[in-house]
Amino acid sequence: MKQATHSPSSDAFNLVQALKDAGFAGMVTFGLCVPIVAFRAEQDMANKLVLQQRWWMALVITGLVIVSRLLFSLHQHSRRNDHAHQKSAAFAGILEQIKPFLAPLGFGFITIYPLVMLAMHGPGGSIKWIDNFGIQILIYVMLGWGLNIVVGLAGLLDLGYVAFYAVGAYSYALIATKVIPETFPFLGVWAFWICLPISGLLAALWGILLGFPVLRLRGDYLAIVTLAFGEIIRLVLINWVDFSNGYAGLSSIPRPSFFGIPFNASDTGFAAVFNLEFSPIYRTIFLYYVILVLSLMTAYVTLKLRRLPVGRAWEALREDEIACRSLGINTTITKLTAFAIGAMFGGFAGCFFAARQGFISPESFVFHESAQILAIVVLGGMGSLFGVVVASIALVGGIEILRELDFLKEVFGPTFDPSQYRMLVFGVAMVLMMLWKPRGLISTRDPSMIYKERKAISGSMVQEGHG
Amino acid sequence: MTMPLLTIEHLTMRFGGLVAVNDLSFDVHRGEITALIGPNGAGKTTVFNCITGFYKPTEGRLSLKHPDNQTYLLERLPDHHINWKAKVARTFQNIRLFQGMTVLENLLVAQHNPLMLASGYSILGLLGSKSYARSEKAALDKAVGWLERINLIERADDPAGDLPYGDQRRLEIARAMCTDPVLLCLDEPAAGLNPRESLELNALLTSIRADGQTSLLLIEHDMSVVMAISDHVVVLDYGVKISDGAPEEVRNDPRVIAAYLGVDDDEVAAVEAEVGL
Ligand SMILES: Nc1ncnc2c1ncn2[C@@H]1O[C@H](COP(=O)(O)OP(=O)(O)OP(=O)(O)O)[C@@H](O)[C@H]1O
Ligand SMILES: [Mg+2]
Repeated sequence: MKQATHSPSSDAFNLVQALKDAGFAGMVTFGLCVPIVAFRAEQDMANKLVLQQRWWMALVITGLVIVSRLLFSLHQHSRRNDHAHQKSAAFAGILEQIKPFLAPLGFGFITIYPLVMLAMHGPGGSIKWIDNFGIQILIYVMLGWGLNIVVGLAGLLDLGYVAFYAVGAYSYALIATKVIPETFPFLGVWAFWICLPISGLLAALWGILLGFPVLRLRGDYLAIVTLAFGEIIRLVLINWVDFSNGYAGLSSIPRPSFFGIPFNASDTGFAAVFNLEFSPIYRTIFLYYVILVLSLMTAYVTLKLRRLPVGRAWEALREDEIACRSLGINTTITKLTAFAIGAMFGGFAGCFFAARQGFISPESFVFHESAQILAIVVLGGMGSLFGVVVASIALVGGIEILRELDFLKEVFGPTFDPSQYRMLVFGVAMVLMMLWKPRGLISTRDPSMIYKERKAISGSMVQEGHG
Repeated sequence: MTMPLLTIEHLTMRFGGLVAVNDLSFDVHRGEITALIGPNGAGKTTVFNCITGFYKPTEGRLSLKHPDNQTYLLERLPDHHINWKAKVARTFQNIRLFQGMTVLENLLVAQHNPLMLASGYSILGLLGSKSYARSEKAALDKAVGWLERINLIERADDPAGDLPYGDQRRLEIARAMCTDPVLLCLDEPAAGLNPRESLELNALLTSIRADGQTSLLLIEHDMSVVMAISDHVVVLDYGVKISDGAPEEVRNDPRVIAAYLGVDDDEVAAVEAEVGL
């Protein structure tokens, strides 16, 4: 839109135009801020609503918008003059050179991460870093990789992925708290390891059950039905109190054991057996490695499947479903396998989630989770495993970082809670990405088989799928 | 005359009130190139869509007889079985390649079904079995063979969407051929080709016929292609067959001339005189 107001040949930066533009954006923002920001109704001690006025805040926001708009105009201008293109080419060159080292370095780092944190912050202080950052990010990496099979490879837009996460979590919670103690009490310490595959299989089964009626729909319709399915599962969990204990959720879910050795303070517990002083940090570290192995397994299976006929058929389906049918590919079965395998990894992640929390309730499986996982896949670049990692770190880690920014309290006052603004940051990040890299961080596609020479395929060529 | 491979009997396809194909019957003979021609909107693509399972015909029977005498009723097969079991492959009027996949990958996707069996529905493949590796190698060799045959081997690792138009047309034919069809249906393969590419295409199609495994059914507007390579021509107009026979017969059929020049039947004689028949 900016291009249209500028004549493309004009090289000088049109300051007047840019100022006008920024002023207009400021006006719109201020207009919006008057009802939303400048007035705020708050309850006082006597429960009466009092109108507060916050004009300074509206002004600050307006100022921010004006400055950003000006910067954006400047950026667009330099882009037109091609400086940025050269810069990005140089950047791509550097990236090309460090690429071979990226994978082993990153891999080495995530392997020793909990130990580094332990050394840096001690047993007490490192729990936060390993759990809130490490484990949390890895769960989303795994979910992102699982959903990537459905959305990134097969091109099926699934807005209800959290349903399979919920199925996995509740499968573990219910089997481990109800079935195992009553029928197979001797299996107690092994509960997690037995339920992990069961949860994955149950989630896959639900994927197939959902897939059958749904996969004849395409595009928006598929998205809406999967969204509804995610909500239905959650509502059933809320309302079927006998089964799932409703809103109250399920608690005292058994935690994973170190292959039969529980993490507790008893004489047969992990610390005693290995002659260590008891500390909850061992379990956290162990959980970190469990989710790390689970995620790597997801990545390994995805990479393998991509090079098998079924993976190629998924991608072909995303490219052109009609051509697939003319080549004798059973599109229903192919979509179902993508759905089921994606759901299975969601189920594994859910089982792990329940075991890590020890408590689950339907609140953990709201639509926002599906949206966040989908955002990770889309931001990462559809189909790219590495992109999903970067996007998870940015989105999940970024939001955790917001909680850490205590100094902001000094700027905005003691009631300011930065993590309250995470949705705003989330939204701004999405808009910026769509402007800057609409195809995601990693927008090239890696061929599944090569004849002579590996050439990355530019994202503009790759279809996004319509089903 | 050879044995009919595909027999179309009383095929009718209606879209609401529109009769796109009306009581059409003709045979496609084994080892021949049959051309289906007719003015725009005559219903040619609709016939292809019925043969290849994209439309369920309103009426009629399409029976395909394999060399081993196995007969398939195409109107009853689910669409993916038409390629996999009945061995009918097709190309599209507006090219449908997997644009974001490489040229080589396009030819591998075409071999999906045999590879899927060889990979034990992915299980053997995930376990890295030797027998799957052998099948994959065979599939690669077959794809490379076709790429050499259509002169695209140099571009094997490029995305299909990057190829020039004429190459995309040939690649789509090669992709269809990778499914080992007994009948290959080509929807306007020469559309948009320059004269040199068009000659290359003629050579490719006659060489496929010469291999003896595949018979061809071809929709084409370019009469030079039709006359040069086809053994048998069927002419459609408004969904009705108006002529059927050897190319020379059809070329001289007054009704065909009338259909193409758009005149009433009683003026045909005048038109014939004009065009010098
Ligand atoms: N799916 C459909 N729904 C409704 N009408 C259709 C459909 N498909 C084709 N038609 C109609 O059927 C008639 C025949 O179309 P068809 O595409 O078979 O013509 P054609 O002979 O292939 O023409 P062309 O030479 O332009 O490709 C046209 O009038 C078309 O509008
Ligand atoms: Mg047509």
